[in-house]
Parts: sequence; structure tokens; C-alpha cells
Amino acid sequence: MKPSLLQQSRRSNSFRGSNPLDSSPDGGGATKSPAAIFWLVLHGLCCLVSLVLGFRFSRLIFFLLFSTSTNSNSGLYQTSPFRTVADIAENLAFSTSLPSLDSSPANRTTGTSGVSSSGVVVGRHGILIRPWPHPNPEEVMKAHGIIERVQREQRAQYGVKSPRTVIVVTPTYVRTFQTLHLTGVMHSLMNVPYDLVWIVVEAGGVTNETASLITKSGLRTIHIGFVERMPISWEDRHRMEARMRLRALRVVSEKKLDGAVMFADDSNMHSMELFDEIQKMKWIGAVSVGILAHSGHSAEDLAAVRNEGDESNSPVPIQGPACNSSDHLVGWHTFNSLPYVGRSANYVGDMATVLPRKLEWAGFVLNSRLVWKEAEDKPDWVKDLDMVARDEANVESPLSLLKDSSVVEPLGSCGRKVLLWWLRVEARADSKFPSGFLEEELKSRIKISKDKVRNKDMNKKAGAEPVEVKL
Amino acid sequence: MRNWRWVFTMLLYVGVVLKIGALELGRAQQTERISGSAGDVLEDDPVGRLKVFVYELPSKYNKKILQKDPRCLTHMFAAEIYMHRFLLSSPVRTLNPEEADWFYTPVYTTCDLTPNGLPLPFKSPRMMRSAIQLISSNWPYWNRTEGADHFFIVPHDFGACFHYLEEKAIERGILHLLQRATLVQTFGQRNHVCLKDGSITVPPYAPPQKMQSHLIPPNTPRSIFVYFRGLFYDVGNDPEGGYYARGARAAVWENFKDNPLFDISTEHPTTYYEDMQRAIFCLCPLGWAPWSPRLVEAVIFGCIPVIIADDIVLPFADAIPWEDIGVFVAEKDVSNLDTILTSINPEVILRKQRLLANPSMKQAMLFPQPAQPGDAFHQILNGLARKLPHDRSVYLKRGEKVLNWTRGPVGDQKPW
Repeated sequence: MKPSLLQQSRRSNSFRGSNPLDSSPDGGGATKSPAAIFWLVLHGLCCLVSLVLGFRFSRLIFFLLFSTSTNSNSGLYQTSPFRTVADIAENLAFSTSLPSLDSSPANRTTGTSGVSSSGVVVGRHGILIRPWPHPNPEEVMKAHGIIERVQREQRAQYGVKSPRTVIVVTPTYVRTFQTLHLTGVMHSLMNVPYDLVWIVVEAGGVTNETASLITKSGLRTIHIGFVERMPISWEDRHRMEARMRLRALRVVSEKKLDGAVMFADDSNMHSMELFDEIQKMKWIGAVSVGILAHSGHSAEDLAAVRNEGDESNSPVPIQGPACNSSDHLVGWHTFNSLPYVGRSANYVGDMATVLPRKLEWAGFVLNSRLVWKEAEDKPDWVKDLDMVARDEANVESPLSLLKDSSVVEPLGSCGRKVLLWWLRVEARADSKFPSGFLEEELKSRIKISKDKVRNKDMNKKAGAEPVEVKL
Repeated sequence: MRNWRWVFTMLLYVGVVLKIGALELGRAQQTERISGSAGDVLEDDPVGRLKVFVYELPSKYNKKILQKDPRCLTHMFAAEIYMHRFLLSSPVRTLNPEEADWFYTPVYTTCDLTPNGLPLPFKSPRMMRSAIQLISSNWPYWNRTEGADHFFIVPHDFGACFHYLEEKAIERGILHLLQRATLVQTFGQRNHVCLKDGSITVPPYAPPQKMQSHLIPPNTPRSIFVYFRGLFYDVGNDPEGGYYARGARAAVWENFKDNPLFDISTEHPTTYYEDMQRAIFCLCPLGWAPWSPRLVEAVIFGCIPVIIADDIVLPFADAIPWEDIGVFVAEKDVSNLDTILTSINPEVILRKQRLLANPSMKQAMLFPQPAQPGDAFHQILNGLARKLPHDRSVYLKRGEKVLNWTRGPVGDQKPW
């Protein structure tokens, strides 16, 4: 890059030295003999013709006139299997600049220093393009294999020496966007280079749709059914998700699964760096979560919130650990819901902004031994899981498991890196499933619920309660 | 009886020591020792193996030129200036010319810069000639050997041919007066007029602090397969293509511009150094001259250099086994570059990365201030030391003359 760039400007007037009108700066002024004038006129004529025709006419002339001497130099490269850039004129102008110029350096090399002429000749060369200059899929796959091998070696040398199993807890339920969200999480988890156990807790019991979806991942999964159905209001839903996660933690405790527990909600987006940061956690860690509360909503909402809320420095609210200058945990950045008062969504499928809790579960990572009944070096600042689970309704974040929240380790360079993004997007209440999607199952369910509605109408005159079509 | 006990304890002691040694060896498997055709010489210490006498030239040959244009300290030809400074304070320097093995002439021939920062070589032959006239008239050592035990640093595009256009450089050839001297230059191409036998090829100057300040953590995964930033067509000087880089760079662009594995473009990103550290292969094609600072950057950042320049002679070729470290692609094979690179065995690639990770390899490519052991200054001295002792024939008999002082273009004879 650099030498050519640097040499660009100064060559601009010296490059003309390649044609017979040599005006190089170190030579003297050329005497204006009739021959020079003749060449000048000829050059001008060729320039005009080139302007009209669109390619370098002078080269065509030289090629035709000196075609015998060009054959010796065309051994430079083969023209037959290749085509050169642009058009026929380029083809004709290939191997020589001027025959005199090529022969003189060649003579020079043999004459002055007695060095045998190498295969490398100064002058114009063709630009070799193969017949199908596009990527070959097999080679692309081989290249990816090489990249994978190099990265594996890098991890072995610079990464975590003894990586822990990652235990991922995901609460989910069957709904319009379930496949969308769950596939996103699934693909992220499939790319994690460490051992993984995926605990999927499903509200409304274990269903075949979810089961078939998660088996596609090829990961080790534990699919738990949670008998209650997911409620409609967001408040209730957040609480129920907390209970589902506690249920999963109980499974971790019962099965004595060893590793790092992280909470991956199915609509969140995770960076791969998150899984590397998790390995650095000792007992309990916290990462910064970016809150995407505004996505997909109208500009008026946005403007109203901006005006009312303070001019906060970050355009995207971040939840997570707050550190002082010596990188110790001093507090928490939580979500400020004041600007959204009265404007947030209440029901799933509402058009308004969905708000997160003060501190989301997703931003915390636990060592699984914290929830075991008995572990050798279990620290004493952690409460017993069963005791906490008794008060299930009031568990808002994993901090409830701790007696003292100052032991939390801030991860991701003390919360400065945002490693995952929180988002809640659900289909509107009146939206349809995409066509062709589990049609038979749905049709049967719709039929059953329609029958129920008809029966209800027949039994009760006024249908006061909203009819929920549970799909 | 007691003898046996002593022998037994000695064996036990040796065994323990070896065991500890073996453990250390196991941990340091990440890099490999580098040994080129001259042997394992990268870490040799030149002190004590040679003595260099530095001529005291009037400051118009060095200091005044530098004062006129301090940009000479940061461009890629700055090696000549830093070598002078290094030699002035180095333990190999001797103030007694009678005991010197090598003689150094500090003349900065590549410091006449245009407003854009490009060195103009038009006055360099005259400057060099004038310097040689000075040393031959003021000291007897030049005439003793006609320069055979003198060395000069000529880091310009085509070395001592003193021109940037290859045809012109070939026409001029190496300056006649330097015919017997040892040249330390960046240019190297086999069977080329401008590379003398016995020259020492060095890397171009790359600013060490700037590169160190852009290092990223080594656990950042290398996810770019091939990386290149630079010109493919030199539109200002060679609009049709085919002249610049002998058409090789243009061929890279035309064949691989839509290939997702090749991250190539003409942009100037601010993250250039960081991107190189995230790439597995870095292309180092020729430009107007076969050498480029890209090789130095690739070695520092651990990216395997893919060298596309026929017959190139790489820096310190006798000390560094470049075939084991880089990938050489002939210019005619550029259109199959993806096949060539993907068919390399991953184990070979890992080995190349281990060789590149060797810190002595990285040190050998740099010109740090102050000088550090194993750096390019020391490699130059090692190269000079390997050429010792001088053959008896370099010392000319009384009255014998080899050089013709009037040879060369008429313009060069003018005084500087």
C-alpha cells in the first residue's frame, strides 16, 4: 500500500518516459529535430483517434507493426485459457510496452553484469483472470475448517484452561414468536465452544412443538414442563418466569449439575463474548445488559419519553454493575421506568413499550454449587434454595439468593462491555400464525376453542369475560 | 560402598533437574526456534565478533539534511539514520581505524523529500560519489581495498541503482564506485542488476511504538481468512493496469473481489493493525518494487505473510527460513490463490503461526530506539560478522586499481 501510494504523485510526470517523447527530469532538454516533431504529430494524431475510438490506438499500431518481436515476449503468460480485463484492445496491447524498451533492459542485464536473465521481465504484463472467478463452495468449507482449527488452538493457548460447563436456563411457552426467539437463542448456544446443558422450562406443560425445536439443536437439553399457563399481563408473566427459573435451579440442585448457570431468556440476544466472560466468574457474577425497550414502536412514543426523561448519557439504557475507579462493585445501574409511567404495556401483545424489571435475571451468572444442598466450599453468604423458593412470589432477581449483595463479581471489564441485549417482542393479540406453520395442530385447537366459545355463549347470554383463544 | 552412594545421589539429582527442565520445555511449546541456512543465528551477539569504524563526515552529508527535513525519521527509509545513531553508541564501534574490520560511511542519500514525502533519488549518486571522494582522500582505508571492507546503507526502492522506475534503475545499474562494497538495502530480487552478491537485505523501517500501541489481546479469535489493504490499480501512473505490480495486484482484485474469505479493499481503516491481528493470512504482493512494510507488519502481528513477488529476496534470508514461515505464491498462480491457501494442511499453518510467535523473529524485523538485543541492527551486524574474515584478495597490491572513477552517466560526475 504505502510504497505505491507514496510514489503515486511523483511518478505522474516521469511515467511518460516510457514512450518515445522522453522528458525525464534528469535528462537534458530534447532538441527539436524534424524526427521529434514528426513523433509529436503522430502522437497527437493517435491521441485524437483514441479519444474517438475509446482505446489506446497507438498500441494497436505498434502491435501490428512490431508483431514479430512480440512473440518472443509473449512467453510471459498464456492467453488461451485466460481472458484479460476489458476489451479486445487490451488483448492486443498485452505483452509489450514498446519493443525497444523490453529488449534494452534484457540486453542490459546480460551485457553489463553477466547475470542470467530471470523469468521476471519489466514491462506490461497481462492481468490473469481464471475462467470462473468466483468462490468455490468446497474451498470455502475447507477455509472455515482451517479457521476453526486455528481458533481452537488459540483457545487452547490463550483461553480458559479448564472451561466449566455452561448451564443455560430458558423459560418459554408456545406462542406466535416462540420459534423466532427460541431459534435465535438456540443458534447462539450451538456456537458456544464449551460444554452446554440447556434447561428449557415450558409454561403450559411439555409440548411437542417445543420439544421438536430444541432437539434440532443437538445440544444436551432438559425439558421441564411447568403446569400453569403463561398469564396475559406482563407483571404476572415476569413473576411466573421467576418461578420457572427457580424450578430449573431446583433441577440443577437435584441432579447436582456442575458448571456456570446463566439465564437466557428466549427473546434476548447474546454475544459470544458473554460465554467467555462467564468462565471468569467464581461464585456469582453480573454483566451489563442493554435494554432495547423502544424497538418496534412509533416515533411519538419515543419522542415523548425522550422529552420527559432526563438527558441521560447513553441512548440505550443499560442495567448492570456499577464500579468505582478501582474496579470494585459499588452499586447497580437499574432501569429507570419513570419516563414510561402510564405508557408501558400491560398485556402481552399490547402496542406499547414493554419494560424490564429493575434488574433482570439475564444479567446474572451463578456457580451451580451455590444452589446445591451440600457443596464443600459453598460460601456462607448464600441462602438455601428451598428457603428462598418458599417465598417464590417475591423473588425478583438472583440477588434474593444472597444475604449480602456486595459479593457479586462485575464481569465484562467491570460492566463497561454490554454482552447481551434484553428485548421483549410479542405478536399482537390478533395476529395470525405464519401460514403453513403447524397448520393441522392449530386447526384442531382452533376448532376446539371455537366449540368452547359456542358452548359458553349458549350457556351464558352475555359473554362478559374476554375469550382467550389459547393457541 | 561410599562411592556407590555418591553416584546414586548424583544420578538422583541429575534426574530431578532434568525433570524440572522437561516440565519447562513442555510449557513453552507455543513457539519454535528459528534457524535459517546459516544456522540458529538470530540470537547471536555481534559484540566482540567485529569492529566498525564510523567515518566523521561533515554534517552536510547527514545532520544538515536531517535538519532540513525531519520527516526522514519516520518514513520507511529511516533505517539509514537509525543505523548511524546506533553505531555511534554501540560497543562494536572502534575509534581506531587500524583495528576495524568494517568501515561505515554515514551519508543519508534517501532524505531529499518532495512535499509529499517521497524521496527523490536524482542527487543521491552525486552525493554518494562526493562522500566516497572525501573518504578516499582523507583516509587511506578506501584506497587500500577500493571499498571492499566498507559498507553502506541504501534503503531506497532499488538500492544503489538510485531510481524508482525499474527500467531506469536497471539501465543505471549499481553505482560503479560501490562495486566492491557491501550494500545493506531493502531491495532484493534474484538475478537482478540492483542486487549485488553478498548484499545484506534488511526490512524497511516500521515505527515500533506505533505498532506496539495497537496490540490486541491474543485470545481474540482470528476470524478473517485473507486480509489486504492497498491499491490494486495505480490509477495515476498506470491506468490500464498490467504495469503496476506486473499485474499481480489487479489479478488478486479481479479474481477475488466477491470472495467472502478475502477481506481486500483499497480503504484506509483506522483499525488496520487490529484487523491484521484478526487475520490468518496477510497478502504481501509486490508494488512498484517487490518489498513492502507489509511483511514487517504481518510478522509483528502474527499473520502469515503470503508473498506474491517472483524471485524476491526477503530480509536476513540466511538467518530466517522464510519458506517455513510464509507462503510463496508465484505471480502466475495468483488466480488460484484460494485453492492454494485452502489446500494447506492446518498443522502446517499452526506451525507457521508458532514460528511467527517467536519473539526473536519479531525483534529481528524492528528498529527500536534504543536498540535491543536481537533487533534488526544486531542482525545487520551479525550478517557483517558472518562475512569475516576478509579474503586476502580484497587488499589491493600497491598501484593496483580496479574502480574507474569516470564510469557512469555524465550527470553523476557533477560535484554535489
